[in-house]
Formats: sequence, C-alpha cells, structure tokens
Amino acid sequence: MSAQSEKGRQATAAPTASPAPAIELRGISKAFGPVQANKDISITVQKGTIHGIIGENGAGKSTLMSILYGFYKADAGEVIINGQKVEITDSQAAIAAGIGMVFQHFKLVENFTVLENVILGAEEGPMLRPSIAKARGLLKQLSDEYELSVDPDALIEDLSVGHQQRVEILKALYRQADILILDEPTGVLTPAEADHLFRILQGLKEQGKTIILITHKLREIMEVTDTVSVMRRGEMTATVKTSGTSPEQLAEMMVGRKVLLEVTKSPANPGKPVLEVEDLRVRDELGVERVKGINLNVRAGEILGIAGVSGNGQSELLEVLGGYRKASGIVRMNGEEIDLTGKHSDGQSRRKRGIANVPEDRHDEGLILEFQAWENMIFGYHNAPEYQKNRFLMDNAAIKAATQAKMDRFDVRPPNPKLEAKSFSGGNQQKLVLAREIERNPDLLLVGQPTRGVDIGAIEFIHQQIVALRDQGKAILLVSVELDEIMSLSDRIVVMFDGRIMGEKNPGETNEGELGLMMAGITEGDQ
Amino acid sequence: MQKMPKWADAVLIPLFSILLAFFFSGLVIWGIGKNPFEAIKVMVDGAFGSTNGLGYTLYYTTNFIFTGLSFAVASHTRLFNIGGEGQAMLGGLGVALVCLAVQWPHWTLALPAAMAMGALFGAAWAFIPAYLQAKRGSHIVITTIMFNFIAAALLGYLLTKVLKVPGAMAAETAKFPVGAHLPTFHEMLAPFGIDFNKNAPANVSFLVALFAAFVFWILMWKTRLGYQIRAFGNSETAAKYAGINPSRIVIIAMLISGGLAGLMAINNVMGEAERLIDNAVEGAGFIGIAVALMGRNHPVGIVLAALLFGFLYQGGAELSFWESIPRELVVVIQALVIMFTGALDNMVRIPLEKMFLFFSRKKEV
Amino acid sequence: MDYATILQILDSTVRLATPLLLTCLAGLFSERAGVVDIGLEGKLLAAAFMSGAAAAVTGSIWLGLLAGIAASMAFSMLHGLASITFKGDQLISGVALNFLAAGLTVVIGQSWFQLGGRTPPLTGNGRFEAWNLPFAEKLADVPFIGPLYYELISGHTALTYIAIACVPLSWWVLYRTRFGLRLRAVGENPSAVDTAGVSVVRMRYASLIIAGVLCGMAGTYLASLAAGFVKDMSAGRGYIALAALIFAKWRPWYALSATLLFGFLEAIGNRYQSISLGDFVIPVQFMQALPYILTVIILAGFVGKAIPPRAGGQPYVKER
Repeated sequence: MSAQSEKGRQATAAPTASPAPAIELRGISKAFGPVQANKDISITVQKGTIHGIIGENGAGKSTLMSILYGFYKADAGEVIINGQKVEITDSQAAIAAGIGMVFQHFKLVENFTVLENVILGAEEGPMLRPSIAKARGLLKQLSDEYELSVDPDALIEDLSVGHQQRVEILKALYRQADILILDEPTGVLTPAEADHLFRILQGLKEQGKTIILITHKLREIMEVTDTVSVMRRGEMTATVKTSGTSPEQLAEMMVGRKVLLEVTKSPANPGKPVLEVEDLRVRDELGVERVKGINLNVRAGEILGIAGVSGNGQSELLEVLGGYRKASGIVRMNGEEIDLTGKHSDGQSRRKRGIANVPEDRHDEGLILEFQAWENMIFGYHNAPEYQKNRFLMDNAAIKAATQAKMDRFDVRPPNPKLEAKSFSGGNQQKLVLAREIERNPDLLLVGQPTRGVDIGAIEFIHQQIVALRDQGKAILLVSVELDEIMSLSDRIVVMFDGRIMGEKNPGETNEGELGLMMAGITEGDQ
Repeated sequence: MQKMPKWADAVLIPLFSILLAFFFSGLVIWGIGKNPFEAIKVMVDGAFGSTNGLGYTLYYTTNFIFTGLSFAVASHTRLFNIGGEGQAMLGGLGVALVCLAVQWPHWTLALPAAMAMGALFGAAWAFIPAYLQAKRGSHIVITTIMFNFIAAALLGYLLTKVLKVPGAMAAETAKFPVGAHLPTFHEMLAPFGIDFNKNAPANVSFLVALFAAFVFWILMWKTRLGYQIRAFGNSETAAKYAGINPSRIVIIAMLISGGLAGLMAINNVMGEAERLIDNAVEGAGFIGIAVALMGRNHPVGIVLAALLFGFLYQGGAELSFWESIPRELVVVIQALVIMFTGALDNMVRIPLEKMFLFFSRKKEV
Repeated sequence: MDYATILQILDSTVRLATPLLLTCLAGLFSERAGVVDIGLEGKLLAAAFMSGAAAAVTGSIWLGLLAGIAASMAFSMLHGLASITFKGDQLISGVALNFLAAGLTVVIGQSWFQLGGRTPPLTGNGRFEAWNLPFAEKLADVPFIGPLYYELISGHTALTYIAIACVPLSWWVLYRTRFGLRLRAVGENPSAVDTAGVSVVRMRYASLIIAGVLCGMAGTYLASLAAGFVKDMSAGRGYIALAALIFAKWRPWYALSATLLFGFLEAIGNRYQSISLGDFVIPVQFMQALPYILTVIILAGFVGKAIPPRAGGQPYVKER
C-alpha cells in the first residue's frame, strides 16, 4: 500500500466542520519526578473524526491521554469537552464526561467473565444479578451494531488478544463513551485483525463518535486518521491534516531531523549452517503446545528474520535456544547437538556453545535495573575466567575497565559504568545489552525485538551493529513483531503462526501484504 | 537523573525513620505515665554506664548481628525468612549436642566445632522451607512461621524428655564441660590491664559476629555467589535468562541464612548459659528482621542497628528493674522500628525526595 | 471412645474453631482485596486485650466487644496506612503489627491493672453466656439426635452462631453483590478497577475494615472464653487462621471446613495430653505442633494447589 493511494482515500473522507470541538486541551504539563513528560501541550480534536497522535516511545503520548482519562493528574492546564471546561480528577470523572480508553495493556480481570468485566464499576445497583441481566441484552445490541461479537460468558483468560480488545471497546461503549482513546491498539494484532479494528473504528466514526488513535506506526496514521498530531520529547510539534502530509514528513517531525527508514546493507554471503533446528516442540507451564514442530536453520553470515504477531511461539523459540525453557526435538549448534531438557539446558551452557542472546524484554530479562552498568556488563558471563581474580573473588576493577571500553565503543550515554541501568534511556539500555552480547564474539546471536521502546536515533545504530556482526560471518536469528524491521534487516524471512512456520520468503520477493496473510495463518494454498 | 543523592537514601531515610519510631515510643512511655527523658537516661546508664551494662549490651548485640545478617541474606534473595527464631533454636541444639558429646580440652577446639554444628543445625532447619519454596512454590513466609512453632515444640519435647538431667527439675541440659567455656570480655581484656566486669556475658563470640559481618560483605559484593544471589533477588526472570539456577540460589541462600541464625547459639548457649535452656533465643530471631531492615541489608548498617537494639534490650531490662516499665516496651520499640523503617518507608521518602527535587530545581534556575 | 466423648470433642472443636473461623474470614476479605494480612495475630491479640480490659472495667462483654472491634480496627487502619496509602511492604507491616500488639498489650495492661499484663478476671455479664436453642433441654433425652442437638448444636455463645452465619454471608457478599465483584477485582487486577472509575484505595480500606470487625469479634471471643486477657493469649491462632485460609483456597465455605479441622486437632490435643499407641507414646508437643506440620504439608502442595489472588501482596502503583 503506498502513501499516495492512502492520501486519495483520506481526502474523500474529510471531516465535516462542527461547532464545538470534542476535546480541547490547553497548556497541559506533567512531570514524573525530574522527568518532564508533557510540556505545555495544547490540542483540539474535532467531533466525529479519527485523530491520530504519533510520536516515538517516550514522547509523552500515553501520558497525555492518561491525563485526559484521569489516570494521572496534570500539573497544569485545562480540559474542555464539547465546549465545556471539566475537571478530570479521576477515571470516574472522565467516564462521566463521555471518555473511554483502551489501554495498551488491557485493564481486564483475567478470571472474570466478559460480562463481569463490562459491568465492573458501571453496575446498575448493589446486586449483581439484575446488572448482569441488563448488561447481557445491551451487550448483544452493541456487538451486533459494531461487529464486536464476543461470548459474554467466556473468561477473559480464555480469549484471544483480539477478542480481549473488543471487550475493552465494549466496556467503553457500555459506559456510553462518545470519545474513544486507543493506545497502540495494533501492537498485539495480526494485520487482518488490525484491519478489522480499523473497520470498527470507521463504523464508530460514522455514528458520530470521536476517536483518538495513539500509535508509533506511520502506516496506521496514513490509513485511518483524518488529522494527526505529532509529539516529540513531551511537546506537541505539529497538528496537520493527514491528507496533506506524507510518512516521510511525519517521520521527520517525530525525530526532528531526516531519517533513513531503510537499512543500507550489502547482499549476504552465507556460509555453512550454524544453527539447525529439527522438529522442535515446546509446551508451556499449563501443558499447552506453543511451538508445534518447527524446522529451520541459520547459516553463518546471514540474518534470518522471524515474522509473526507476538504470542505465536517466537518467544518460546528464543527461550529454548537461550536455554531457559525445555523443549523436545533436535537443535544442533555448529553440527553438534545441544541438550534441550537435561542438566545442560541453561543459559550458561548455551553461552559456552557460542550463543549470545539479546532478549525480547530488556527490563525483565536482559538487565538488572537496580544493578550498575558494570555489573550488568557481565550478566550471564559472570563465570568467565577473565572476570575472576581468584577462585573466590571477582575482579571488579577489571570488569569496570572492560565496561568503560565497551560503553565507549557502543556510544552508550552517559558513558558511566557506575550508573544504575534504570537511569539510562531505552536506547542506551539496549546498547548496553547489545554491547555485552556482541563483544563476546558469539557464533550465533539471538535478537528479540531489538528496537522495542528505542528512539529512532538508536534504532539506526542498533541495526548497523547487527548488520556489521553479520558481515563478520556470524549467524543471526532475529525475532520482531515490526514487519518493517524484519523486511529491512533480514536476508531470509520465515513467518510463524500458532507455533508453526507458515513459510519462507526472500525479502526482495515479498511484500507486507503477503507476509501479513501468512502471519494471520493463511497460506498460499488457502487462497 | 536521580531523585535524591545516594547518601540521603542510605543515611537520611533510616535516620528519620528511627527518630519517628523513637518519638512514638516516647509517646507510649508518656502515655503510661512515665517520663520518656527519664527513661532514656535510665536506659543509657544501664546499657553503657558500667562495664557490666556494656557487657550485656554487647552480648545482645552479638545475637542480633547474627540474626540480622541471617535475615539480610534471605532479603537479598527476596525471600522473607521469618524463621530465624526457629533456626537459632535448632542451632542451640547443635551447639549443645557437640559441647556435651566431647570432653573438650580447650575452647579453641570447641568453638570451631560448635560453630560448625550450630550453623549446620540452623541451616538444616531452613532447608525444608527452602526446598519447598524452590521446588514446590510454597510461600516461605508461612512455612518458616510454621517451622518456628514446630521448632519450639521439638525443643520442648527434647528438653523435658530426652536431654534433661535425670532427677533435675528444670527443663535444661547438663552444664557444658569446662573446656567448652568461651573467654568472656573480662578474661580477654584482663591481660591488657583492662578491668571488664566479671559477670557480664559478652564473650569472644562478639568478634566472631563482627568477622561474620565482614565475610557477609565479601560474599555479597565480591564473589560470584553474591552476585548471583543479588541478581536473582532483583529479578528472577533475568536470573533465568542469565543461566542462574533459581532453585539452587534459593536453597543456598536459605542455607546461609539458617546457618547464620544457628551460629548465634555460640553466643547465647555456649557463651552465656553454658547449657541449653528452654526459650534460649528470647525473640532474637525476630529482632533480626528489625535489625536488617534498619541496616538496609548492609553489614555496616546491620552492626550499627544490632548495637542499637543491644542497647534497647539492656536498657529495657534496666527500665523494668528501676522504673517498673515492662520489658515488653522493647518489643513495642522494635515493632515501631520495623513499621517505620520497613513498611512506612515511603512516608519519609516521598517528602524527602520532593525536598531534594525542589532544591535541585532551584539550583538549575 | 463412646458417643458422649465424641460429642464432647466435637463440641470443643466448635468452641476452638470459632475464633479461627472469624479470623480466617477476616483474612479472606483482606487478601481477596489484594492485601496480605500476616498481622491477623496482632489484631486478634489487641482485640482480646481491649475487650478483656473494657469488659473487666464495665462488666459488660458487649461493651468489651465494641472496644475489641475498635482496637482491631485501629490496627487494620495502621496496616492500611502502611500498605495502601504509603504503598509499603504488606508482610513487613503485618510483622510489625504483631510485635506492636505483643508489646503494647503488656505495657498498657501493666500500667492499667498492675497484674503483670493480665486483665482482672471476667465474671457474670463480663463473659458471653451460652445460648440454649429452643427445645434443647426437652430433646436432650431423645436417643442419638437429642444429645447431638443439646451438646453440639445448642449451648454456644452468640459469637459462635454469628461466626457460622458469617460463612454464607461472606459467600453472598463476595459473589452476589456489586461490592463483592469490585473487591475480588481489586485483588486480581487493581488497575482494571481503577480505570473503571472505582477507587482502589477505598475498596482496599473497606476490606480492611471488614477484617478489623471480624478480628475484633474473634479476639473478644478469646477473652470471654478464657475469662480475661492473658499475655500472648492469641498463641499463634492468627497464623493458624492464615494457614486455614490457604487450605481453604480463599473461599468462605472451605474456610469453615479448614478451621473446623484445625479446631478438631486442637480439641484432640487438649483432651489427650499424650496418646499411646502400644509401646510408642505420641508426646503432647507433637499434638501441639500438628496443625503447623499439617499446614506445611498442605503448603507443599501435596493436597491440591492453592492459587492466591493475583495482585496479593503488591501495593497498587499506577504503572508508567
């Protein structure tokens, strides 16, 4: 889909001007301790439109919307809804003002039913039964009206993420929201599910609802919004008509300078297979099979990208290869089989085999946030002989010196080994992890979501480092839910769906549409 | 950017918390019709005014260093070992058995043996809760509480039915042989011409406790094991990613924790009573919680906090003697210290952080 | 063992289970709302002391009950202040409360009564009287059912019947009312409750208030049963109730069975100081330790897995 055709479509769906805007924010400021998340932000959202808010991670989009929803309290500024000034002290006030919000991380009680979640906080009276009976009828009506079908008696934990999101939208509609805020709604959806969501949003718009869509994906903005506001470092930099802008222009406004959206790299020069996986199967803690017999290999000097919506077995695959999840099947590293269940299936043994691992979640896995940078720089390699002074003591001075050198080479800012990991920005935290793993000179690098929550400047740097490692003849297994990233970095792409590999594509011979269908589980044979 | 300088976090917050705890303790004393300032005077006099008082203060301090370190090891692993009391009881059993089993020729031989047995028994008592936590996910707080009660029942049984001297009235073991007598401060300091009170129970175990604190520091911040313990305590998922075996760390840390609690027995059982008596631990296991919280799980802090509690215990005893305020007052103070330094931490922290933020903003302007 | 003995043991089971049941339900409400309550022991003790003291001074156990509930409530609110308002560690706060009760009851008791931490003995209206249910005496002679009704079902104090009535009541509140829905939601996912426009803080405090009332009744029951307050008289019952709560998997009806089981163990231990099995004599200490040993076995997961409320033990902090 090109930006040009999008523009054409959007132009015909231009909003009709209405007397009072649905939302007007004036001079909103919010600080979290020393961090200024929102600086004097003003924005106007017209009634009956889809208004996009775009910006990098940490630009302050979510904070701004959480203030509008009463989840946080602004330090300064005022909120005007439908021409009337309102005090939004808590979520209750926001709900009363007709605002509904679908958070990025759903706010659902997992072991409650859909109905119970929908009525929670909006019950009819002190007794449950009449409330539930009434909600059941209303829910049916809303589901039919907006294509939001979902089983009212299902437990949330048994629903797919797509359906959970519908429950969130239903919750807002049940509370008679006129303004619906969606925070990064497509992060967990397949392209097909995302398209369905956008159809729902169009339907809501036609019913006169106002929708605010927060995202960092330019494609979505171009596809569905009428107007778009750009945020950068806590400030609102511009608000423009979507039909009058282009992805390149938006990207520049987001970052504050021109960015290369493509990675420049030479063609791969693959060698012998480094990693071979045969019929790998993984069961989770509840005994559900998450990886259902996959075969793949990664050769020296190439990047194999695994595309897929999160939750389709990619994380489990990385965990098995990283040594912290048991599996059955055969995995060979440089031709030698590795232990998948026994004593040697842990992170230490994998590292000894030359497998380095940049995990998907750097906060929960890759780093100890309370540890200083130098302590993090040996994390996972703390048993390496060069870090020991003698049998009992570690050589802390040597570790600090080595850390300083690595921080300089990877341009980690500030370059202070004694700073706790939590005080670095997302991009610099990721550089710390990358420096640690790449500098061990591994044969195989596992990389999960390398640029999640990373600013655009650092994304370029991280991509360059991964390509540089490939050019040294190392094998790289890349897992990302960002299709753009997969397309631009990989030398070969496989798509995972429901624990299986749907097929392999060459990045030069495929497109997002084709991969998107595969990510939704539709193979060529089905079409 | 940091909200508050490190020193403020490490020094100011505990200091304010302690002051608050003391303020409310003073209110309690005042509430029961006594003069808090008078009480402090009696306590300070009683705890530091004579070498006898000082000897008791340091004796209690020794107990609390061991139990404080014990709680702290578990805390670094993010385990709440409330079972120090039971582990110290079992440590006492181990020390008593080894002291009674052999006619020890000299304390320098008896002490290492007693240390080994005390630590072993304490560690063994911590092993079952540790194993159940590591392998079966049983919450260690509840299991260690249960093990305290089970330990009390076990020792009650052993002291009345098995280890009691036949014919004797008291539920206690026979007195340890002379060779198991540990040098007291009186005996240790006499060669230097210092006349330390003869009846004060402070003994060579105090030095062992200080040494244990030093080893604790080395272990936690200079060795791989300590690194892994702290990493696991901060994030279990990250520890798994790094190939740190969670079960192994939980069990090892709890063994060390139980061992340290058990080590306490060289002071109260071997050094002071010289026999095993009923309720020999006297709540020192629980005070370890307050000591570790106040000392921020750092050995220097723990030694200082243990000294404070040693003072409170000895001072409290004097208080009940001279002012007829029950010794349980110390339990009240202990509770307030745990409350303010442990649970109400944010009550002090939030205003302090705001203050620092205010001043740093002002500086920028 | 004859029928009369069995009835006597069961009767004392009910007596001993009553405070456990009330305390266990207290824990149930607070933990279902996501506040772990290791301080049950302290609340029980504080309530026993204040009720004993008030009943001794006023001569009325009902005034004692009010005082007991007030004391327990004060402790509950302190727990709330630390663990809800200041988002502190709930375990540490609970431990502190237990020590605070252990210390304060003796210090204040000594100051008020000079009896070494005891209260004066309670007599007459200073204790709860047994309620004889209708026809209890008339039916007493009917074989089998008569003694069962007279000995076991009739003749307990009001609090026992209240405690038992609290079981279906708790179930109804938790599963059939708006309040219960919100309470359970707060223990599972507080941010869902917050974004639905309901105050997490208020729900959690409400749960602690209920816990305070229930613990207050339990403590008063103890003081009444023992005819006065004695130092450390809760004797670990708060912890046993906590164990029963885990055994009951945080459910009201299971809580009744679990506390009856522990009450039964205590009743057996009280009646048979040592049980001889041929040559081997089970020592009294073993019987005393049995509830604790059983709890460990339960916790070890050999008797079904207990899954606690998901948000239990964590202060609610809005994520960034």
